[in-house]
Formats: sequence, structure tokens, C-alpha cells
Amino acid sequence: MSTEPPFDKDNGTTPPSRRKILTASTIALGGAGACALAAPFLESLEGPGADLRKAESDDKAAIVEVDLSDLKRGDHKQIKWKNWPVFIQYRTKDMIAALKEPALKALLRDPDSKIRQQPKDAVNDYRSINPDYAILIGICTHLGCIPNFRDVKGYAHKGGFFCPCHGSQFDNAGRVLKDMPAPYNLPVPPARFIKPTILRLGESAAEPHFSMNDIQQI
Amino acid sequence: MSPPPHKPDLEHQSGQRLSFLYSFYKHFSHYPMPPVNWFWCLGACLLAALGLMMLSGLFLAINYVPDTHQAFQAIVTIERHVPSGWLIRAIHMAGATMIFAALYLHIGRGLWYGSYKAPREFVWLTGLLLMALFMVTAFAGYVLPWGQMSYWGATVITHAIESIPFIGKPLLNFLLGGPELGDIALRRFFILHFTLGFVAVAIIALHILCLHAVGPTNPTLDSPQPKRVTRPFHPFYTIKDNIAVCVFLIIYTILIFYLPHLIEKQANLLPANSLKTPDTISPEWYLAPFFAMLRAVPSQLGGLAIAFASLLMLFALPWLDRSPKHNATYRPLVRLGWILFFTAFLTLIVAGLEPPSTWWIWLSRVALLIWFSVFLVILPYASFRERHSKGEKS
Ligand code: FES
Repeated sequence: MSTEPPFDKDNGTTPPSRRKILTASTIALGGAGACALAAPFLESLEGPGADLRKAESDDKAAIVEVDLSDLKRGDHKQIKWKNWPVFIQYRTKDMIAALKEPALKALLRDPDSKIRQQPKDAVNDYRSINPDYAILIGICTHLGCIPNFRDVKGYAHKGGFFCPCHGSQFDNAGRVLKDMPAPYNLPVPPARFIKPTILRLGESAAEPHFSMNDIQQI
Repeated sequence: MSPPPHKPDLEHQSGQRLSFLYSFYKHFSHYPMPPVNWFWCLGACLLAALGLMMLSGLFLAINYVPDTHQAFQAIVTIERHVPSGWLIRAIHMAGATMIFAALYLHIGRGLWYGSYKAPREFVWLTGLLLMALFMVTAFAGYVLPWGQMSYWGATVITHAIESIPFIGKPLLNFLLGGPELGDIALRRFFILHFTLGFVAVAIIALHILCLHAVGPTNPTLDSPQPKRVTRPFHPFYTIKDNIAVCVFLIIYTILIFYLPHLIEKQANLLPANSLKTPDTISPEWYLAPFFAMLRAVPSQLGGLAIAFASLLMLFALPWLDRSPKHNATYRPLVRLGWILFFTAFLTLIVAGLEPPSTWWIWLSRVALLIWFSVFLVILPYASFRERHSKGEKS
């Protein structure tokens, strides 16, 4: 400590003493240790069953195959995929035709599915990989209630979804009407048909890496 | 070697608003420390362990259910399904062992270096109070998982209380909220365990307050070359305490990750069954000496009385040994006494953990005899002789 290195005189500052460096590094190391210790404690706040939930969602991320051969036109079924309710409806010809009607589209907030609520291959008037089927995740984009099957007013027998919680109305393709509490269309899961009536959920032909985390809101 | 006297230059630095920092400087940063050795770092280790206990305990309490039908399952859920729950519980269980190891060494240091003597009687008494508090807390905590050992350990202790003449049964009824160990009792154990942690913090504050009123003992004062120089607490003892706490935490970590079988007994992995006692009931090692005492005395009440009296000896210590000399290193007879006492204590730990046999019961009796004769014969006699010879010299 008796001699100062010459470079200090050049810039006119004194170097930190060894004690200062040791103190700072001790505090840094201790702080890092405290953070490491905090991790398991914060993690535990996820609560019991967090591991199960995770395992389940990982498992369900794996593929689910659904047999649709038991559906007649106009019928629908509800299945669970990744812990989400998925609505599948075999559309009538009327329903399919209605989805292209300009009068209906004029009522919608996002008629052309510009907002990312679906894989690419569902960006069309039917929001589906196959116009014959509606395949939607039944979680309202407002606050997460599960909508019912209910026609859009003035479009009897053309299909649609209605959320009972705050009254959001969606059409048969899951597109939300204007001035509804729900801001986005219903999410569409990645899916493809491996046989005419066998649907494979969780796999998108157009976008192999599609993930539900990519969409705007679920 | 003498330290630079850092005087707090507070008026200059931060003005009068921060004058409360004077106490901080006086009692922490600039607190004058005699030349104490590594044994004086155990208090810091205990504080660190207690901090971890409170933290892990709080997080365990979030998921625990004090109900005889759900408690065991709650523990299983914590171990298996709460993220990192197994680690938090291991920290809490190993913490009990680490606290008692450090606590017994801390008390042993106090015995050897005469830290119990005037003017530090209150430091000693608050410390013993803390030990008793930790014992009760640890016992109550051990009941909570409602495993086989929890249940039968609690049964043994409650029966010991029941043996107190006249008041035993009503007292037990009063404590458990009913004649047997059930939901009400378990809920009380939980509340007791949870609350005593905070009571301990208050008494620790008192303990440190008492210590800072008089300062730590100087272990060199009785030596031929006493060193009277003091150093400020910071940085000399903050660094020393930090190193000690690091070593302590390393041992703690090894216990958690490499020796898990040492911190939880097999039998406690089975849910409590009031119809089947496990083959052997052994207490946790830190309560083993007192368990051995209960077994060494053929009468239930006698055992309880002896265990109680053995602790009373510690409380009475400042008045049993009134010699002005502190450090046992320079008191040959007292040195012998403490060596005998430590041996007896360790023997009782082993005796309490072993399954009962004539051999261990007799060894416990010898250890008990040593325990009481050290306090009642060796110390008063040595102290009398030291005061007497001192009187002759002066
Ligand atoms: S949650 Fe569906 S409308 Fe509010």
C-alpha cells in the first residue's frame, strides 16, 4: 500500500483499496447466494400440484386424436386438450355459407382473423383447416369463462357462441362481434386431419412449430 | 496492531436526522471486542440458522394442515408436489440439528470460559431460557407431521407429564384440550410451534441486549499474559463471524444434501397409528440426554424430577461458582470438572439413542452422578479454594 502505481497519477484517481474490493466481492457473492436461496422459496409459492399441472400440460401438449365419425351435421362435442376445453362442431351447409356473408362479417370486430388467434392454416373465412368443422378453444377472451353454443341474433341456425359471464357473442367461427367485452376472436388450436374423420389436435401441418403461447390471448 | 479509532463523524456526514445511527455504531460497527476466539462466532451461526428456520417454517406453514387426518398427507404433498417443498422441509428439519449442535457448543463455550459469571448472569439466564424454549419448540414441531415417531414421542412425553402427582392429569387435560392426543392437541402443537419462533426472537434480542450492556468475556484475562486490547466489531469480527457462518452453512448443506437419513427417522415416514407402537422409540439426538435421564431413574416421576433438576443446575451456575476466575484452561480442577461434564453429556446422548439395556441404563446413572457432582461438588469446592487462596495472597 506504500507505493501508488503510476497509472493512477495519470488519471488522477486513487484505486480502490484491497479491503474495498474484498468487501464488495463478499457482498456480491453473499447477494448471489441469497438470490439462489430465494429461488426455491419463491418457486414453492406455486403451490401443491404445480408439478402435476406442468406434467399434465406437457403430456397434453403431446398429441390427442379425436374420432369425429360419430358427429352428424350440426352436432358438436367438447373435449379436453392441454386442460383447455376444445369445441368441435360439424357444421351444417347453412352455417358454412353464413360465414362468408358480408352482412355477418360487417358485424365482426376482426372478420379476417388479422390478430394472431390461430395457426396460419386457419386464417380464412371459416377459421378452420376444414370448412366442415369448427375447432375452437372454448375460453372467452374477456375474462376466461366458457361460452355456450348460441346463435348470433338474426342468424338463426347459423351457429355461434355466447359467453354468459359478460355477454360476449361470437359467430360460428369464433369471431367476436363488435362492441363486446371480449377483445379477440376465440383461439384456434393447431390441428390437422389424418383421416377424413380423425382429427389430430396439437399438430399443425402449416406451422410445425406453432405453440399456444404464440397467440394473443387465451 | 491497535485499531484505528473510527469515530463516527455523523454530524458532518448526515446531520442530526440520522443520530439514531449512533446506537448502531456504538453497538455494532464500533463495538469494542476483546480478543475472543472462534468459539465466540457460534452466536452468529445460531442467528443465521434461526433466520433460515423462520423463513422455511413460514413457507411450510403455508401448505401444512393441523388436522390428524390431513397432516401426514400435507407433509407428503409438501415433499412431492410443492415445487422445492422437499428442499424447504429439509432446510427446516436439518435446521433443528444445526441449531442444537451450535447451541450446545455455544453453551459449552460459556461453561468453559466462565461466561455465566457476574456481571453476565442475565446473559447466561436468557441464554438458558432460549435453550428451554428451543427444546419445547423442537418437540412441538416434531409432533406436527403426525408420523409414527411424532405420535409416540408425544405420547411418551404426555405420559411423563401425567405422572406428576395430583396436578398431572388435569394439567395434561388443560394442555391438550382433552384426555388424548387428537385434533385439538395437534392444532395446539402447531400454534405453539409457530408462536414460539417469534417469542425466541424477542428473547434473543434481550440476550444480545444483556450481552452488549457488559460486553463479551475476555478469554485471555486469566492467562499469564492477559491481552486487554480491544478491536472494533467491524471489520474484525464481522469478517470472522462471516467466515464462521460460511463454514456452518457448508456443514448445514452437507447435512441436507448428503446425509438426509440423519435428519429424518424411518419410522416417521409412516402415518401415526395409535394401535401400534414402533419397535423402538428413540428421541431426536438433541433431546436424547433428557430421555436417557427419564429411563435411568426407575420411577416415572423421579425421572422427570431428575431431568428438571439437571437443567436447574445450569440455571444456578452463576451462584454455584463464584470465583473471580473465568477461563477453565487456567483452573485445573474446574477444567477436570468440565471435561467430566462434557463426557457425561455425550454419554447421555448415546444412551438416549440406544435401545434400553442394563448396560446403558447403568452408564446413564454414572453420567447423571457426574453431572450433579460437577455442579454441586467440584465447582463450589474449586471456587471456594480459589477465593480462599486469593484472599490469602491479597
Ligand atoms: S368472460 Fe366472457 S364475457 Fe367476460
